[in-house]
Amino acid sequence: MTQTFRTASGGRIDRARPLAFSFDGRALTGYAGDTLASALLANGVHLVARSYKYHRPRGILAAGAEEPNALVEIDRGTGRRTPNLRATQVELHDGLVAASQNRWPSLSFDAGAVTGLLAPVLPAGFYYKTFLWPPRAWATVYEPLIRRAAGLGRPPDAPDPDRYANQYAHCDVLVIGAGPAGLAAARAAVECGARVIVCDEQAEFGGTLLAERRARIGGSNAEAWLRETLALLSAAPRTALLARTTAFGVYAQNMAGLVERVTDHLAVPDGSLPRERLWQVRAKQIVIAAGSIERPLVFPDNDRPGIMLADAARTYANRYGVRPGTRAVIAACGDTAYRAALDLRDAGVEIALIVDLRSVAEGELARAARGAGLRVVTGATVLGTQGRLRVRNVAIGLSGGTRERIAADLLCMGGGWTPSIHLYSQARGRPRYDAAIGAFVPGDPVPDQLSAGACRGVFALADVLADGARAGAEAATRAGFRTTAETYAVEDAPAMEASRANERAAISGHAFVDFQNDVTAKDLRLATREGFRSIEHVKRYTTTGMATDQGKTSNVNALGIVAQALDAAPGAVGLTTFRPPYTPVTFGALAGAARCALFDPVRTTPVHAWAEAQGAVFEDVGTWKRARFFPRPGETMDDAVARECRTVRASVGMFDASTLGKIEVVGPDAAEFLDRMYVNNVKSLAPGRCRYGVLLGESGFVVDDGIIARLSRDRFHVTTGTGNAARVLTLMEDYLQTEWPKLRVWLTSTTEQWAVIAVQGPLARQAVAPFVEGADISRAAMPHMSARSCRVCDVPARLFAVSFTGEPGFEINVPADYGLHVWQLVSKRVAELGGVAYGTEAMHVLRAEKGSSSLARKPTARLPSTTSAWIGRSAAGSRTSWASARSAVPLSPPRGARNWSA
Amino acid sequence: MLLIPCPFCGPRPEIEFTYGGEANIARPRDPQVVDDDAWAEFLHTRTNPKGMHAERWRHLHGCGRFFKVCRDTVTDRFVAAASSALDTGA
Repeated sequence: MTQTFRTASGGRIDRARPLAFSFDGRALTGYAGDTLASALLANGVHLVARSYKYHRPRGILAAGAEEPNALVEIDRGTGRRTPNLRATQVELHDGLVAASQNRWPSLSFDAGAVTGLLAPVLPAGFYYKTFLWPPRAWATVYEPLIRRAAGLGRPPDAPDPDRYANQYAHCDVLVIGAGPAGLAAARAAVECGARVIVCDEQAEFGGTLLAERRARIGGSNAEAWLRETLALLSAAPRTALLARTTAFGVYAQNMAGLVERVTDHLAVPDGSLPRERLWQVRAKQIVIAAGSIERPLVFPDNDRPGIMLADAARTYANRYGVRPGTRAVIAACGDTAYRAALDLRDAGVEIALIVDLRSVAEGELARAARGAGLRVVTGATVLGTQGRLRVRNVAIGLSGGTRERIAADLLCMGGGWTPSIHLYSQARGRPRYDAAIGAFVPGDPVPDQLSAGACRGVFALADVLADGARAGAEAATRAGFRTTAETYAVEDAPAMEASRANERAAISGHAFVDFQNDVTAKDLRLATREGFRSIEHVKRYTTTGMATDQGKTSNVNALGIVAQALDAAPGAVGLTTFRPPYTPVTFGALAGAARCALFDPVRTTPVHAWAEAQGAVFEDVGTWKRARFFPRPGETMDDAVARECRTVRASVGMFDASTLGKIEVVGPDAAEFLDRMYVNNVKSLAPGRCRYGVLLGESGFVVDDGIIARLSRDRFHVTTGTGNAARVLTLMEDYLQTEWPKLRVWLTSTTEQWAVIAVQGPLARQAVAPFVEGADISRAAMPHMSARSCRVCDVPARLFAVSFTGEPGFEINVPADYGLHVWQLVSKRVAELGGVAYGTEAMHVLRAEKGSSSLARKPTARLPSTTSAWIGRSAAGSRTSWASARSAVPLSPPRGARNWSA
Repeated sequence: MLLIPCPFCGPRPEIEFTYGGEANIARPRDPQVVDDDAWAEFLHTRTNPKGMHAERWRHLHGCGRFFKVCRDTVTDRFVAAASSALDTGA
């Protein structure tokens, strides 16, 4: 047990449950309730990563989803290696195996760090400037080289053995984020009976309250309020509380995408559980309570291990019982950093100095810090840091111009707070720059959505709770419930003076803005000097705000620096677009069950198993598997196809035509309808007869062809090409519903209902005859192109005398469930007559030899002549005059029409 | 995923529907007499607006009916729906 940096007591960890884990092969212990990050810090491990481009040593910057540095690989066995996970979000479990990334041979000695020495020649956009010639070298030399040198984790190399679930849900109010604002919103909505879903990315609900030691809500501590609230929400009958569930996207009409991590936190997952569950939630109202993210300060060498966000350090101390250092310097440009300083001091961290960038710091907390004997300097700045694998000392520039070097192994940065407007922005809200907090906040409201708490720039706990309750009540009211917002009395949570924007960014050295992409203030200035003006262009040129963290800690600082360089107001530079996902989502969660055989389901005919047993070679036609040929031992495809063709010409062959599309066209006006749809005259077709039909589109191109069989005056059996069935039915439905709604016709897809056995060849009649009951199939009684309803092999059947080979032939349609039975009986008879089964390849040869067309074999088939275009217009229009219903009544939105989803 | 107001079934998710293109395209009453330009206009020219768009959908995996609806192509909000056949005297 070497958790040297664990406090003696306190925190939400369970000290009775120690957990063993390993990091880069080193055995360590933590406690239940730890994240990987907090457990590493408890063991004094700050160096956890190498940076993307310069391979600089990096530590843990944050305590949540915004972590840009501490990306790790978690290995849970074959196929379960997950790269690029934020150590701050990985829950510790017994036996966890974690490893650092992007280093060789080891974290503390990384050969790639030599690129750091080359930094002066690797400025922004160096890829574009350096690796120009020869162009072909990009694919062969430069890209592989760059990819190896710079990078994130390794993708897993074995198939994913886990299962992923998918869940649709509906609710009145979806609350995203279970911090104080979200919980207050959920309470307000639940109390009036609304159906509520609350989700939070963390294992535990509570957000910032989980690290709150001082504030009192309604007379009791934050912990008690949290317990009471969670009990109340859990007891609500129509409420779902989803922990470990990230709302990664908000889409049109209040569809939210959530991903729930179900088993990753378990040492031994229950095999019956999916690894993750994708929730697609359709909410009447959404309350976004996503909180805010603290900003780093931009000064030279601000990226060493041991330099972290002030509130993250406070969270490690208060929530996890971890001292993130022994001696700290706090760099602040707002009041919250003083709160961090006081809590760190209480946790046993020596506070060497509080450096306030502001010239005046007289807020309640600043006074409290001074009162506690902490040394505070104002109007000062951080000039730089030293220390190879961990910060060792901090250079301070005092207001008088003097410099001071202070030994410290922890440097906390409180650069102000950036509201998390990601989801608001995804929902097409337009953010507004708030100069008071130096960041963007939601502007105009998005319909059916509300932002509450820190994500809209409301920071003091009393205000946050009130804002959450207001939003929850408002959302429930809009969803049709009657309610009023509850009020909460909050003490010991002082209002904070807003942090100033981080204006004095360093201009020299490695002053990092985007830690994940190794973008410095200098790179951003260079981009503006080179002529980039749009923030979107600067982003792409320098890569600031890209990769897995999407600039959570860097965007606002980058904007400030670009604005300064362009001599523009920070709000005027604009903001890059936020896109889903908020944090990376696994492909597994998105794919769900739709993979392997279920990714693109294969359709097989009732005869498939028989053909397989015969050794058929199959081909894909649309989504169908069709037997292409039936090779005998030693035969090539050409041999087999030639034999099959010869057999059909000489005696008889049978062919599985079950994949043909089939549409049952029924009704008093069925003949009239088909007459209008097809080029051919259908009304003149006598019952019991078939006709070849060509279907044209309005453009005159062939859409499909097939056989139209008239079974009785009002019933037709129409066949379509294999890949065309759905398209033809849709076309027919379109005309029937919209152009000729008065026609009494009903259309039914029967493709799957009929198995079709084609028997073709001079001996076809002989082959079929013994099985047919209820129809005379003699040549005289049943000539070519006729259709009979009868029984075949004692099964109800439709028998068509049709040929696609030029030989006499029949197509036997029987209910699909009897398809194999009939096929087997007929195939025995065919074999006795010296016949064989043939595949699609022989079918094409046979029909081509006889000059039969195959217009609809490919959906792209075209009749190129102008004649066909003429036929199209003629067929669809000339013989009837009908009102063009699709164009009859112009439709315009009614005045004052409301959104349909409301 | 869009929530599409089927006038027969109510609002349903987009995966139940197929798109039917722009609505209110007037098919020439007598195709034989219009010239090729007019026919090409009918076949191919669409308004493609930024904003309110009258369009057709089919509730394929539901009632199977075609209907017209107005959708704002900027915000994806639907504001009206009607059956394609109900509003005709055909």
